[in-house]
Amino acid sequence: MTTAALPDVARDDATLRAFLHGLPGVDKVGAEARAATLATRSIKTTSKRWAIDMAISMIDLTTLEGADTAGKVRNLCAKARRPDPADASTPQVAAVCVYGDMVQTAVAALTGTGIQVAAVATAFPSGRASLAVKLADTKDAVAAGADEIDMVIDRGAFLSGRYLQVYDEIVAVKQACGPAHLKVILETGELATYDNVRRAAWLAMLAGGDFIKTSTGKINPAATAPVLLVMLEAVRDFRSTTGRVIGVKPAGGIRTSKDAIKQLVLVNETVGDEWLTPRLFRIGASTLLNDLLQQRQKLTTGHYSGPDYVTLD
Amino acid sequence: MRKTYKLYIGGAFPRSESGRSYAVTDSRGRFLANAAQGSRKDARDAVVAARKAFGGWSGTTAYNRGQVLYRVAEVLEGRRDQFVAEVAAAEGLAPRAAGATVDAAIDRWVWYAGWTDKLTQVLGNANPVAGPYFNLSVPEPTGVVAVLAPQASSLLGLVSVVAPVLAGGSTCVVVASSARPLPAVTLGEVLATSDVPGGVINILTGAVAEIAPWLASHADVNGIDLCGTDLADAVDLERAAAGNVKRVLRPPASESDWSADPGLTRLTAWLETKTVWHPMGV
Amino acid sequence: MTSERRAFAYAPAPESRALVDIKPSYGLFVGGEFVDPADGTSFKTISPSSEEVLAEVAEAGPADVDRAVRAARRAFTGPWGRMRAAERAKYVFRLARLIQERARELAVLETLDNGKPIRESRDVDVPTAAAHFFYHAGWADKLAYAGLGPDPKPIGVAGQVIPWNFPLLMLSWKIAPALAAGNTVVLKPAETTPLTALLFAELCQQADLPPGVVNIVTGAGATGQALVEHPDVDKVAFTGSTDVGKAIARAIAGTDKRVTLELGGKAANIVFDDAPIDQAVEGIVNGIFFNQGHVCCAGSRLLVQESVYDEVLDSLRRRLGTLRLGDPMDKNTDIGAINSLAQLQRIRELTDAGEADGAERWSPPCELPEQGFWFPPTVFTGVGQSSRIAQEEIFGPVLSVLTFRTPDEAVAKANNTPYGLSAGVWTEKGSRILWMASKLRAGVVWANTFNRFDPTSPFGGYKESGFGREGGRQGMAAYLRSTDA
Repeated sequence: MTTAALPDVARDDATLRAFLHGLPGVDKVGAEARAATLATRSIKTTSKRWAIDMAISMIDLTTLEGADTAGKVRNLCAKARRPDPADASTPQVAAVCVYGDMVQTAVAALTGTGIQVAAVATAFPSGRASLAVKLADTKDAVAAGADEIDMVIDRGAFLSGRYLQVYDEIVAVKQACGPAHLKVILETGELATYDNVRRAAWLAMLAGGDFIKTSTGKINPAATAPVLLVMLEAVRDFRSTTGRVIGVKPAGGIRTSKDAIKQLVLVNETVGDEWLTPRLFRIGASTLLNDLLQQRQKLTTGHYSGPDYVTLD
Repeated sequence: MRKTYKLYIGGAFPRSESGRSYAVTDSRGRFLANAAQGSRKDARDAVVAARKAFGGWSGTTAYNRGQVLYRVAEVLEGRRDQFVAEVAAAEGLAPRAAGATVDAAIDRWVWYAGWTDKLTQVLGNANPVAGPYFNLSVPEPTGVVAVLAPQASSLLGLVSVVAPVLAGGSTCVVVASSARPLPAVTLGEVLATSDVPGGVINILTGAVAEIAPWLASHADVNGIDLCGTDLADAVDLERAAAGNVKRVLRPPASESDWSADPGLTRLTAWLETKTVWHPMGV
Repeated sequence: MTSERRAFAYAPAPESRALVDIKPSYGLFVGGEFVDPADGTSFKTISPSSEEVLAEVAEAGPADVDRAVRAARRAFTGPWGRMRAAERAKYVFRLARLIQERARELAVLETLDNGKPIRESRDVDVPTAAAHFFYHAGWADKLAYAGLGPDPKPIGVAGQVIPWNFPLLMLSWKIAPALAAGNTVVLKPAETTPLTALLFAELCQQADLPPGVVNIVTGAGATGQALVEHPDVDKVAFTGSTDVGKAIARAIAGTDKRVTLELGGKAANIVFDDAPIDQAVEGIVNGIFFNQGHVCCAGSRLLVQESVYDEVLDSLRRRLGTLRLGDPMDKNTDIGAINSLAQLQRIRELTDAGEADGAERWSPPCELPEQGFWFPPTVFTGVGQSSRIAQEEIFGPVLSVLTFRTPDEAVAKANNTPYGLSAGVWTEKGSRILWMASKLRAGVVWANTFNRFDPTSPFGGYKESGFGREGGRQGMAAYLRSTDA
């Protein structure tokens, strides 16, 4: 990637390293304090209603279990299309996110709905496979009809400082994606510091990722508020440096409406409402949807809902 | 040979810029010497010298400051006979009593010299704040301190009021006892021949009542010890000192017992607490 | 700022005003009960965000101050002075608990009377006030370990005068250490913000604090002067402007009164080119826009290294665009009302002077409410060191931006002021932080953070920012007679 503002920083390992380590540091305490302050925003009444619907429309409804079956995926797709059968005004989710072998099932269930099919690839979640296997994994999912690919970076290579290797791998996967959108999972829970989160975010953006994504959901901690804050700052700064607009996807551990709304507040106050669209912000989740639906029902009916009033899929 | 007693400013021994001097007598009224009669402009020059010396003196290591002050005590002791004679004449003491006073002054100086590298440990501390922060409070010198030395105790009293200023890292302008200034001037000679940088201590002789108001109101003086003035004058001086929020030590109701254990009061009077915060995170 | 165009406009989220019961009028709290002033005069306290009158408050004259000091003396020589230290500690602990129990009420009242955002009174002022009582309570029976000799003694009756910027928190900074050390107090809150102190008086009643240990006399400058000058006050503690601090120092000259002064500031917040920029920007914002800039230690002078000037200023401007100014009772408000018309006029005067001095003024797009006292977050660039806005304490949401090239230059500019309360340093280089921290002539240095406060951490100034410390072991010295020599 070369622009006037950002010369070819990935031309060799030393240059890439110098660039990534030249990014401003992140003070952990300050970043966490900022995220904590934003978490005190009080979102009520009309804005809460707006935020709940926006959050639903941003969900990548996810099932990534070894026990997944075609039936489970079909049920999930039905839920994605009509999250609340009792209330037709409920928006659809943005995408359904599955393993590669379930893509065909999901595509068949979602054709014509506008709901995207996302597949995790590149030896998700560990990423511990040869590049050839990762590329084959990616191509397989795309060939099966996946609209979006959620890849994982090689954290081992990243942590040992082999940034160019990570970069080249993302470039190769992006190429293998063809028309599919690429989300790059940083797996921030394994990156140890916010400085690393910022560097990994820039690395993924420089290499051509369309989205940067926090986590696989298989590692704790996952999409914490300060991690999301740092990644949002990265896309904000990347846009002002290169002009390119990159999406952000927190995933993992987001279970309540409160969590989701706090994330929308972070987006709103860090990068602005331009990012408040499923095109640029997604929430990777499974159980979150039902909590959002119960909150939505409460706002509609005026009384609290219960788990028997939302469907289990 | 009769000695000429001059001021001690910025490491040099000038006469008063005013050209004035006054006769100093012993306790029975016999002429001893002419001392320089310092003026407001001498006080001004002394403050400039003290301010100039502050960065270096406060910035040197506590270990080094301790050694420099200890060296003063060594040199002071080397001139013991001269001080005994001057103190005896000034204060009307018998030689034995004057000797004891001089020895006490030497001991006092040694005592303060040993404090330089302990103050931070005794007066500073880490603070267990309720958050992820490293938080440390340390004593730092106040800056330029004006000292009106005790009128009666010409050496022990003088040492007891200036040594704590220097030990803490501040620099000082001291107005010696008006009637008994000679040991102070000799102390200046001790300082000049030890390792104390010029300007760290500046010694004025003359009329306290004339010089003190200029020091009390001086905007570049951070603190004032009113020890050597009477209670009535002290009120006006304290008021003047409020002009730039000086730290003020009020005069004692009666001349202090300078042989008593001094405690920390005169050290802490010229120390500020600085608290530094820093986040702790990876 | 809170533009209608935003898709995600936060709906109003007002805290409930019904949480607090404001009486139509308040007397003075003397000897454990509310009493009418001797000459029956009173003044109104208003809510600065609406100009609504909240209550009539008694104005204490010299006779009332005298009555309060007598009550304090009686308590000092009586039950409080005779009480075992461990028992005294329990009273102070109890006050901490009472503040926690009635925290929400106190926060609402503080916001109504002061104009500060409820988020701050709820999350900072009130919890920190409780923490102050809790921390100091434990000192009461441990004074022998405070480094002031084997048996330090209370000074006696403390006359305490506090400002309007953190009414309850400043009260706690004053009363908690005084009581823990065994003193009794007469406290005068600021005339624009007396209500939380009067609610605190009720807490003293609920705590069964012996009558006269805490007395609250409301009024303006004359009341404060009568208190400070009262011959039976042994100890004066003042937080407020440097001018008044100097007047107090003059007034008590020649007396035996002990005094501590916490006065004004003009803190430099220094940003180096290797700073964690996003956190530095937050620190700049928190440094000057916290509490509308009504903070003596506010980072009112931003010193930016020239090489990152554009980057920092762009980020800062963008960030200021997200600040929400308005109803202080709204939980999402970042910037509340200016405390009084007089303060608003002073801010206007100084900012006008800044423009006249040639500095460039900028504020984010920002609608100000029609009622009440408001001033938008304001940044001045191109500020010369000699400009009034670089020298004088504005005590409002106004930031003056200056630049520097080298660490020496930053230190020289930072120290080039008669004040010396606080300073900030932002750099990722450890040795530079420590060097800067040692060179800055200020009582508090925040490195890679700003405006942090804790009861264990001594706070107070160098030079014309005052003397004496509040908080921590060092703070206890202000309320004790050393038996060290």
